[in-house]
Amino acid sequence: MRVKNKRNMILSIAAVLLCIVYLFILQMDSVGHSYAITIIERSCIYAVAAVSMNLIIGFTGQFSLGTAGFMCIGAYITGILTIPVEMRDQIFYLYGMADWLHDIKLPLLGALLLSGIVCAIAAALIGWPVLRLKSDYLAIATLGFSEIIRAIFGWDGLGRITNASYGVSNIPQFANIFECVAISIVCISIMVLLVNSSYGRAFKAIRDDDVAAEAMGINLFRTKQLSFVVSSAFAGVAGGLLAVYMRSAVTSTFTVALTYNILLMVVLGGIGSISGSILGAFIVTGSQEWLRFLDKEYTWSQVIPGLGMDGFGGFKVPLLRNGFRMVVFSILLMLVVLFWNHGITGSKEITWDRLINGIKKITSRKKKTVSEAE
Amino acid sequence: MSDKNIVLDIEHLTMQFGGVIAVNDLSAQVKEGEIVALIGPNGAGKTTAFNCITGVYHPTSGKVDFCGKTIANGFKIAHTPDEITKLGIARTFQNIRLFSGQSVFDNVLIAKHMRAKQNPFTATFRLNRSEEIRSKEETWQLLKEQGLDKYADWEAGSLPYGMQRRLEIARALATDPKLLCLDEPAAGMNPQETDELADFIKQIRDKYNLTVLLIEHHMNLVMGISDHIYCIDFGKMIAQGKPEAVASDPKVIEAYLGTQEEQDA
Repeated sequence: MRVKNKRNMILSIAAVLLCIVYLFILQMDSVGHSYAITIIERSCIYAVAAVSMNLIIGFTGQFSLGTAGFMCIGAYITGILTIPVEMRDQIFYLYGMADWLHDIKLPLLGALLLSGIVCAIAAALIGWPVLRLKSDYLAIATLGFSEIIRAIFGWDGLGRITNASYGVSNIPQFANIFECVAISIVCISIMVLLVNSSYGRAFKAIRDDDVAAEAMGINLFRTKQLSFVVSSAFAGVAGGLLAVYMRSAVTSTFTVALTYNILLMVVLGGIGSISGSILGAFIVTGSQEWLRFLDKEYTWSQVIPGLGMDGFGGFKVPLLRNGFRMVVFSILLMLVVLFWNHGITGSKEITWDRLINGIKKITSRKKKTVSEAE
Repeated sequence: MSDKNIVLDIEHLTMQFGGVIAVNDLSAQVKEGEIVALIGPNGAGKTTAFNCITGVYHPTSGKVDFCGKTIANGFKIAHTPDEITKLGIARTFQNIRLFSGQSVFDNVLIAKHMRAKQNPFTATFRLNRSEEIRSKEETWQLLKEQGLDKYADWEAGSLPYGMQRRLEIARALATDPKLLCLDEPAAGMNPQETDELADFIKQIRDKYNLTVLLIEHHMNLVMGISDHIYCIDFGKMIAQGKPEAVASDPKVIEAYLGTQEEQDA
């Protein structure tokens, strides 16, 4: 047992070092690697959002779909408070920025913290009536909330604060890739600690059987509320990070589609698995980029070398055109959900033991087929 | 008898669902250290009465006192099930309700959550380490006492049926109750298991200084261990007293077997 723990420890340290070295290499030539950097940053931000959603859906069993709404709140707060003061008049040229707000500028961490706190308060207020609902009803209510938030931030009447439908832009970017990755890791770590604490066990008890959980002395409402508040706070931080990443916050980013996208990462990775959610965030964000080659049109001669310029009379390869990427992506998703309907991780955490056993199984299967063939 | 404290005092408890009166003017008393059984044919309202005591339902009228504290009084005083568990009433369920995907250890550990001194902040940042250690030690202790320690890592749902029943009782004991309410603990058990269960209930009563309220069908079990029996039918109490007296009460026999004329017809 101890030998195994030692091995796992060494593997973990090695993996962390490898990641840091990789990020360093990217950061050294941040212009040359800007594409990889944007993908990693976006994946990290979505990972925070996915883990926060998993906290309420996967660990507490409350089907809340308000993530985009809280991300919207977080994005606007972070955005508004971090724009350089001298640029504000230019951005708010139409409405003019409210005087009391005009000179308030916070550093990124402060703005993110405030986003989290405001989202937590909003969640506490909404959770009070909404968390009495169950399953589908809760989902509908939170979806509605998310749309209301979007409407409020896009409302002309608040133009002096939110710049209404123009949104806020010129938000300063991350100083380097480490800033984004580190903040994401801290957020996810806090949620991991919570899930593995006594309160995390209470969440799981409610998910598995709320009647029994109540009979064990767990206050259903307060515990659900806690999960909802923490989940929403981190959704808000993720929204703030997203605003910084995109350098702007516009209500059209935070539609229901964003919630579904994050839900997809959670389901794909495995509901109730934090490592699964992180993996899901990276896979979904990454594959949407990697499959980009499907969006280009090719002639046959470009695909099969030696066919000559004219290859099949200059006909295009069928299906490949703008938008085909999303079709392939959706089909891949369907396949995953059909064959691994507990997600990639099967709702359990990824551990070194699981990984190594998995690899051993695959290699031993190969050996078997080889020996059988002989 | 009279020198013992009354742990649970039910006065004129009535529970009505629309036009159906599930429990009708039920009064009963449970004294400290006793094993009291609530019996009656199917649909007599036993579980409903139980649910009124444990806060799942709020009674239409009537009063329930627990250790001198009113825990339910019509619509005036109502407690949620978790508050009642905290006061010291633990229960099991007729159809086992374990957290079946979680380990046996975690199933019992969860009961320690409510009494641990902690808040979300201290729990997240591990500032409650002493409480965690204490909870875990108490859980181990209890599992050992109940002979479940060798199954600690098992998934609760994969245990054999009898063991699941026992785990559910262990989980209820982990809440440090004064009164243990068992809802048909012998359901689905064979006669031998039922005998074992009877001994087990007596054992834990003595060991943890409990008072036990029992709902049961199995007359063998009830007659063997109860100090006092209440028999209800159609929500109304039809007999009460010592086991022998209740067993020979014509009304009880009628409720369970039907009257002579009915059988002839």
